[in-house]
Amino acid sequence: MQIEVEVNNNNITARKGQTILETLSEQGIQIPTLCRLEDFTPTGACRLCVVEVEGMDNLVPACSYPLEQGMKIRTHSRRVIEARKMIVELLLSNHPDDCLYCERNGRCELQNLAAELNIRERRISGKKNTAKLDLSSPGVVHDPSKCVLCGRCIRVCEDIVNITTLEFKGRGNGTSVSTAMNKGLNFSSCVQCGQCILVCPTGALHEKSYFDLIQEAIGNKKEITTVAHYSPSVVVTLAEEFGLKPGKQIVGLINAALRKIGFDKVFDGSFGSDIYVMEQAAELEDRLDKEENLPLLSSSCPAWIKDLEQGYPDLLPYLSTVKSPEQITGTIIKRFCLESKDQGQNDIFSVAITPCPAKKFEAQRQEMTHKGIPDIDAVLTTRELASLIKLYGIDIHSLTPESADEPFHNSSSAGKLLASVGGTAEAVVRTLYNNMTGKDMNNPKLSKLRGTKHFKELSVLMNHHQLNIASVSPLKDIRDILSDLQNEGSGYHYLEVMACPGGCVNGGGQPFYYGSKTLRSRVKAIHQIDEKSSVQNSHNNDMVKSFYNNYLGKPYGSNSRKLLHTSYTKRDIML
Amino acid sequence: MPVTKSQKIKDEIIRTLLEGDIENLEPQDRETVDYLKRDKITQPVISLSYNTASIIAGADETFEAIHEYLEDRDIDARLTQMGSPGLVTAEPLLDVQLPGKAKVTFGNVFPEKVSDILDGVFNNFIPLEYVLGQHPNELHEPWENIPYIHELSFFKTQKRDILKNCGRIDPESIDEYIVNGGYRNFLMSIRNYTPEEVCDLIESSGLRGRGGEGYPTGKKWKNTLNASAEKRFLICNAGESDPGAFMERMIMESDPHSLVEAVAIASYAIGAQKAYIYLESEYEMACRRIQKAIDQARDYGLLGHDIFTSGFNLNIQLHQGAGAYVCGEETALIASLEGKRGMPRPKPPYPSYRGLHNQPTVVNNMETLLNVPVIVRHGSTWYKQTGTAKSAGTKVFSLSGKIERSGLVEIPMGASMREVIYRIGGGLPDNKDLKGLLIGGPAGGALTYEHLDTPIDYEELKELGCTLGSGAMVVMDEETCVLDTVKYYMHLLKEESCGKCIPCREGTRRMHEILENITKRPQEENGSFTLHRFKGVINLEKLAHVVRDTSLCGLGQRAANPIISTISAFRNEYEEHIFERKCRAGVCQELSTFYIDVDKCTGCTICAQKCPTSAIVGSAKKPHFIVQDRCIGCGICYESCKFGAIIRK
Repeated sequence: MQIEVEVNNNNITARKGQTILETLSEQGIQIPTLCRLEDFTPTGACRLCVVEVEGMDNLVPACSYPLEQGMKIRTHSRRVIEARKMIVELLLSNHPDDCLYCERNGRCELQNLAAELNIRERRISGKKNTAKLDLSSPGVVHDPSKCVLCGRCIRVCEDIVNITTLEFKGRGNGTSVSTAMNKGLNFSSCVQCGQCILVCPTGALHEKSYFDLIQEAIGNKKEITTVAHYSPSVVVTLAEEFGLKPGKQIVGLINAALRKIGFDKVFDGSFGSDIYVMEQAAELEDRLDKEENLPLLSSSCPAWIKDLEQGYPDLLPYLSTVKSPEQITGTIIKRFCLESKDQGQNDIFSVAITPCPAKKFEAQRQEMTHKGIPDIDAVLTTRELASLIKLYGIDIHSLTPESADEPFHNSSSAGKLLASVGGTAEAVVRTLYNNMTGKDMNNPKLSKLRGTKHFKELSVLMNHHQLNIASVSPLKDIRDILSDLQNEGSGYHYLEVMACPGGCVNGGGQPFYYGSKTLRSRVKAIHQIDEKSSVQNSHNNDMVKSFYNNYLGKPYGSNSRKLLHTSYTKRDIML
Repeated sequence: MPVTKSQKIKDEIIRTLLEGDIENLEPQDRETVDYLKRDKITQPVISLSYNTASIIAGADETFEAIHEYLEDRDIDARLTQMGSPGLVTAEPLLDVQLPGKAKVTFGNVFPEKVSDILDGVFNNFIPLEYVLGQHPNELHEPWENIPYIHELSFFKTQKRDILKNCGRIDPESIDEYIVNGGYRNFLMSIRNYTPEEVCDLIESSGLRGRGGEGYPTGKKWKNTLNASAEKRFLICNAGESDPGAFMERMIMESDPHSLVEAVAIASYAIGAQKAYIYLESEYEMACRRIQKAIDQARDYGLLGHDIFTSGFNLNIQLHQGAGAYVCGEETALIASLEGKRGMPRPKPPYPSYRGLHNQPTVVNNMETLLNVPVIVRHGSTWYKQTGTAKSAGTKVFSLSGKIERSGLVEIPMGASMREVIYRIGGGLPDNKDLKGLLIGGPAGGALTYEHLDTPIDYEELKELGCTLGSGAMVVMDEETCVLDTVKYYMHLLKEESCGKCIPCREGTRRMHEILENITKRPQEENGSFTLHRFKGVINLEKLAHVVRDTSLCGLGQRAANPIISTISAFRNEYEEHIFERKCRAGVCQELSTFYIDVDKCTGCTICAQKCPTSAIVGSAKKPHFIVQDRCIGCGICYESCKFGAIIRK
C-alpha cells in the first residue's frame, strides 16, 4: 500500500510499513549508521540515524521507525546534524587517540563518521575505559579499547556462525564485549572464522599479523628459501583491495607481485585443492563400500573442524581425515618440491595466503607439523597480502601477469570451485563419478549445488548407487542435521560444510565489502573460470596424475594416508 | 485432603462474601466476619505496623516489649500486625482496640513507651502525648477528647481510594482482605462482564498510565485484546527503583492482595492467562508478602483453572529482578523476563502488539493497576469526578526530604504542591525556606516556589519540563545544594544505564564528570584542568539536550532532566559554583574553606585532634591555624568546635 510523506520539503510516495531509512535510501539520501547490520532486525543502538519528524518531541531513529502516512521528515536539519555530531564526539571521547598506529587507519567506519560530520575539536573529554588486549589466539586479535559497542560481532557470531563466543559484559559505560568468564579467545569457543572482523567498524577486531617473520625470511635470501601459495578464492577477491572491480580474476598479477616482493617460489594452491578432491573422493568411495561412517563430512574448513571437536566430539568419526587444501599444498612443498639442505627443512619458509584467520589457527596445530616443524610457517589473509604488496611499493596495475612456478602451475577448474560453498561437493562428485563409472560426467556443471541458498542438495545416480549430497553454510544451518545425526542418523552420503556464509569467498580474511552484489560477483567469477576451463575435473589434471604416479601411488593409499591425512581431538572449552 | 470444620466454614463464608450476600450468613459465621473486620471483638486487639519502614524505626524491639508486657501481666489480648497507613515519620505505629470502644492509633511507639501506653489503655485511659487519633465506627463508643484520625492535617485532604486498606488490615491475611470487600470486584468482572466490557469501562474512566507518559490504559488494553495471537500476557511493573520513591514498596507490604486482585482483573480484560508481577529482589518483604498473597489466592481458588466456574484460567507469577533501574522500562523488563540482558528495544513495535515472547503484552505500572478494582467497584462516572479534565483519579506520592511529615500521600489529580507540602506535609522543619521540589525521581525534574500553586497533572507538569513518574517528591530547603543533588542523581543514572545506546552510555558519564569538575577543590586545579572544566560547562547544556533528543529509552531521554530543569530554575546557584567556586548551601565539601577566628579560639586542641589530615596546627591554650593546602574541607572541625571559632566560607 502506497503512502505519501514529505522528506526535506519534497513530497514522495513510498510503501507503508517500510522503515524511514529504507525510504530515504530509495530517494538517494544517505544517513550515517553504525550498528546497522544488513539482513538483521535493527537494534536502534547507535542513534546516529536519527531524523527529525514533525510532531514528535524527540529525534526518531530512521532504521527502526516505520513510515507513516503524512510524516514530515527532515534528515539534515541543524538539530539533527548537531545531534549526530555530538554522538560521534561522545564515542571519540572514549576511544584511544590511536588512529595513526591502528590496523584500520584509512578504512575505519569511525574515521569516516568523524570526517563526514566535520568534527574539528574535542568538545567532550574525560576518563577513557582501559581494556586488556587479547592476543591469546593465533588468528583473531581483540582490542576492547577500540570497541564502539555496536554489537555487530555478537550478532554475527550468534546468528550466522552460531558459535556464540562473544557477548556484552557489564553495564553502562563499563560495558565491554567479552568471552565467557572473560577468558582469552583461545580458551573460548571461538573458531577463528573471522566473520566478526568483517563486520567490526573499527580496529577492535582484526587478524593477527606475522609480517615480521615473513619480512625477515624474505630478507634472508642466503639461508632461507621462501615459498608463497594461495587459496583459490584469493584470486577473485584481491582485486577489490586495489580498486578493481569485484570478481576480476588476477591470478597472473598475484604471481608477479609475489615474485616482486621477493618470494623465491610462487605456487598456485589450487593444485592442493585438486589433491584434496582426489583424496576425498577416494575416501568417500571407501566408506560407501564399507557402508560405515556415512555421511562423510568435508574437512577443508578449520573453523568447522574446531566446531565439531568442541561441540560434537562424538561425530568426529564422520569427519574426513583429508587435510585441507592449504595444508596439503604445504606438506607437498616441504616434502617433495624443494631440495632441502638440512633434513630438518628449517631453511624453507612457506607462506599460505588464505581467506581467513582460521587458517592461521590450523597451521599451528600439532598435527600439521613434521618433526616439530610446521608445514606452513606463516599465513596471510587476502587483506594482509594487499598490505604486504603495498608495503613493498608494488604498483599492481603496472605488472604483467606471470604464471606460477612448476609443478604447481596447473590446476583444474574443479579445484578452484572450492572457493565457493557447494564447489567442494561439486568437484568431489565429478571425481567420484569417474572413480565409480570410469567415465567423466557429461554435464559436470551441477547447478543444484550452486546459488545462494544456505542449504543445497543433490541426488545423483552413480553405478546403481543413489547418492545424496548436500552442502551447507554457515554453521547455523548445520545444527539440525548434526543433532539428527547424533540421534537417528542421516540419509546423506556426503556433507560439505563451510563456517562462513557462502564459503571461502566470504571468509573472515577477505576484503571488506558493503552490499551482497560484491559477494555475488566473486562467486560468478569462480563459475566463469569453470565454464572456460578445458580441464574441469581434478583427476584430469596432468600434474595431479603424474604426482600420484611418481610419489604417492594411489589416492587414499598408504603414502597419502601418512602424509596427506590427519587426526582430530576432542576439545574442552570454557563454555 | 479431608476438609476440616474450620476450612469448611472458610469456604462457605468466602463464597457468601464474594457473592456479596453478607446478610445470608449464619449467625456464627457472621460473628467470625465481624471479628475479622474488628467490628465486634471480644478481647483487646493490639495491632503493630510491621513493614520495612517501621522495622527500621524499631518495630522489632517494640514488638518484643509489647509481647513481654502482655505475658508478664497474663493479659488475654490479640497481638497482630498491620501494614502502614503511610505516615512514615510516625512509625512504629500501634493500634489498640478495646471491645466496644473505638480503635486508637499511637505514633512513634518506641519500646520504652510501650508500658506507658498500654498501662493507660488497659485502665481505660488514653495517654495524650503518644496518641495520633481514634477511628470512628458506629458500633464503637468514641473516646473523649481524642482527635479523629481523618481530621488530622496529614489525612484530612487525602482521598485514599488506593490506600484504603493500608494500615487497617493484616497484609498476610487473605481473610481480612476478603471480609473488607476484597476479590468481589474480580469475581464480578469475570462473571458479569466480557473482557471487552471491562476494557470499555476502563477506557471511559479516563485512567492513564501512572508510570510516566500517561498513555490511556483502556486503549492499551484494547490494542492487546484485539491483536490476534495465541497468547497474551499481562506484566505488572512494580520495579520501583527511584530514590525517594517508596510507594510501591509500602503498598505491596501493606495490602498485597489489592495488587493481586488488580492484576487478575486486568488479565481477564486483555485475555491473558498468565500474568507476571515484576519487582526488584531488594524489596525482600514485598516479595515475600506478594508471593504469600498469590499462594493464598490460589489456595482459595481465586487463581488457577476455571476460577469459580467462570471458565477463566489465570496464573500469576512473581518475578524478582536483579536490581536494574533500567528494567523499569517495559521493553527492558520484557527482555529480562525472557532471560536476556535487560536492554530496551526500539518501539514500534509496541509491547501491546509484540511483547513477551513476541506475543501481545500489556505492561502496566503498579499504581495504574491499583486503580482498576476501584473503577470496577464505583464505575467510571464516579471515577471521573475526581481529578482534572484530562487526568482523572488520584495519584499517590512518596513525600520525603526536608519535611515535617513524610510518607505516602494520595490526593486527587489537580491538587497543588502547596497543599501537599504545607498542609499535608506540615511544611519544612525549623521554619527553613523552601528551595525547591524534586518530583518524579532522577528522571523527573525540579520545581520551585513559583510553581507551588500549579495543579499536579500530566499536562501541567509536562509544560514545566517534568514528568509525574514514580511519584517521588523530595523537598529541598535552603541547606540543600542543588548541584550536589543533581550530581547524585546523575551518578545514579550513569550507573544504571544499560549501555546499549551511545548518548546515554557515554553522555550520562560525561555529564556526571562535568558536574564533578564543577564541585572539585579549586586548590587542586592547574591551567589545563581549568580549561577542561570550562569546556565541560560550555557544552553541558548542549550535551544534555542531545542526550534527551536521541536516547533509546526513557532512562536516557530523561537523564538530562535534572540538569535541564535545574539549570533554568537555579541558574544562580550553578554560576556561583562555577565562577565564584562557592556553595551557598554549604554542602559541597570541596568548595568550603574553613578559617579559625583567633579571637574566639581557646586552644582546646579538639579540632586539631579530630582533623583527619592534620591540617590544624597550634599549641595548647594558643589560637590554632588551619593549613589550607592540607585541608580537604570535611567540616569535622567546624562541627566539633564548642566555641564557634571555626568559620566556614
